[in-house]
Amino acid sequence: MVKEDRRIRIITGYYGSGKTEFAVNYAFQLAKIANKPAIADLDIVNVYFRSREKTKELEEAGIEVISSSVVEDNCDMPALSSKIAVPFLDKRYDYIMDLGGSEVGAKVLGRFGDTLDRSEVDFFMVVNIYRPETGTVEEIMHQIELLERMSGCKVTGFVNNSNLIHETTMEDIIAGDAYLRQVSDRTGIPIRYTTCMLEEVSDVDALRKQVQGEIFPMHYNMRKIWM
Amino acid sequence: MAKVLLKGNEAVVRAAIEAGCKYFFGYPITPQNEIPEYFSKELPKIGGAFVQGESEVASINMLYGAAAAGARAMTSSSSPGIALMQEGIGYISKAEVPAVIVNMMRGGPGLGGIQPSQADYNMCVKGGSNGDYRTVVLAPGNVQELVDMVQEAFDIADQYRILCIVLADGLIGQMMEPVELRKPKERPIPAKDWALTGRNGGKTHRVYNLKLQAPDLEKDNFDLFKKYAVIEENETRYEDYMMEDAEFAFASYGTASRVVRTAVDRLREEGYKVGLVRPQTLWPFPYEAFNRPQIKKYMDIELNMGQMVDDVVLGCGDKEKVEFFGHTGGVLITVDEVCDFAKKIMGGAK
Repeated sequence: MVKEDRRIRIITGYYGSGKTEFAVNYAFQLAKIANKPAIADLDIVNVYFRSREKTKELEEAGIEVISSSVVEDNCDMPALSSKIAVPFLDKRYDYIMDLGGSEVGAKVLGRFGDTLDRSEVDFFMVVNIYRPETGTVEEIMHQIELLERMSGCKVTGFVNNSNLIHETTMEDIIAGDAYLRQVSDRTGIPIRYTTCMLEEVSDVDALRKQVQGEIFPMHYNMRKIWM
Repeated sequence: MAKVLLKGNEAVVRAAIEAGCKYFFGYPITPQNEIPEYFSKELPKIGGAFVQGESEVASINMLYGAAAAGARAMTSSSSPGIALMQEGIGYISKAEVPAVIVNMMRGGPGLGGIQPSQADYNMCVKGGSNGDYRTVVLAPGNVQELVDMVQEAFDIADQYRILCIVLADGLIGQMMEPVELRKPKERPIPAKDWALTGRNGGKTHRVYNLKLQAPDLEKDNFDLFKKYAVIEENETRYEDYMMEDAEFAFASYGTASRVVRTAVDRLREEGYKVGLVRPQTLWPFPYEAFNRPQIKKYMDIELNMGQMVDDVVLGCGDKEKVEFFGHTGGVLITVDEVCDFAKKIMGGAK
């Protein structure tokens, strides 16, 4: 599972595709097998629902959290910490970079240039077909182009995160898989994971038989219980 | 139409365009920036116009102008931005031009912070501008209701020639939920024969604020209040949750009511006879909904210092029956806190 991914996992995708929920769930998985796990919150787009809100829980699980260099976290300044680049060089780290949404969020990577060894990077694109701008094969193709152009990275795998929150059915996830298979056929980019929120879909085995990509079971971390 | 997953702020734009809004004027402020951003992308595609004003003061007056010309138009902002718009709000109200404002509230007073709040109840419901006026205030409790209410706001505004405010908070603006764009109920919407579109050989159209003769101004105000009485009669709205056999009731709206709803479920599991009365219109306020002799206490829960308490007291007629709990400045309430507070009020009354 997460063990087989490259050392630096960069999570990208269209605005609101579920990157942060996936990244935080991924971090908890990574913490079980990695010696030195870290997550960087590079979200300079959103002001709410950022992975840094979960700093306490992540740190308790042994995950280092790198976020804004501005101490006040209730701030919408696009300030990034210089610590972000440390895990690029220190190869003891297993690293997750949670980017902000869309190409604007991916722009952050541009500053690292050659310090980021692309051969060490998995650039995972999270896709939810129920979000605007990624509801058709053509739209997904367009988003890939934008993200790759702005970040200087090539997408190495898709994360099918197609969902309607509490109204998600297994069919919704399978529909997302069908779209991504078409994109995968055209681009050669594999579907790496299919997310499955355990609060919504309980029959994981049944789902596993019908989708490409490894099932990635998740729990809600970013949504409050009353949402 | 199939459901899509939308952020509240995106949903505002989809709903407004669905309702025929072609013009948006605004100035950026967190946590509602996705609204102007999305409008700026979408309105040119449908032959509309997005204008970023040089300030909120400019934006509200642009809205006044567009609405006076008979267009479906809106602005949006968050608390300090809405505070800046108050003069224009008074002008629009006096001129009786139909317009829509969305306020994604954040912590105050002053510039405050960027986290969600309900601190503008008084400003928006009681009115922050000068003179005797009212604005319709709709209070959505989730993103679907936000979509429905934004569409309806344009119809209500046109039906009564009034300013309609959709009063949500930053969390509803930023929250992602599945929504469906559906048509609001049909309303009798009169032709805009008063709008500033030129005489075209007919009578002169006038939209104005100034009335120097006191008796004339008084007559205008009496007429306004006759209209407000009709709106109070027709548009007052609230939702009951678990109120059938309730002995205690929460009073809460918007995001706070979401937390309270979960607290009601939990308290019910523990055997408490408790429910929730959720005003969906804050003006007109559903006073009748709080006039229930069987309710021993009303527990008002808000993300402010208790701005709705006075209205709940007016509704139930007994200030001893109303208790308040809330957080302010952008701090959210939790289900645990609401349950603990309620248990103190209810004691062992299961």
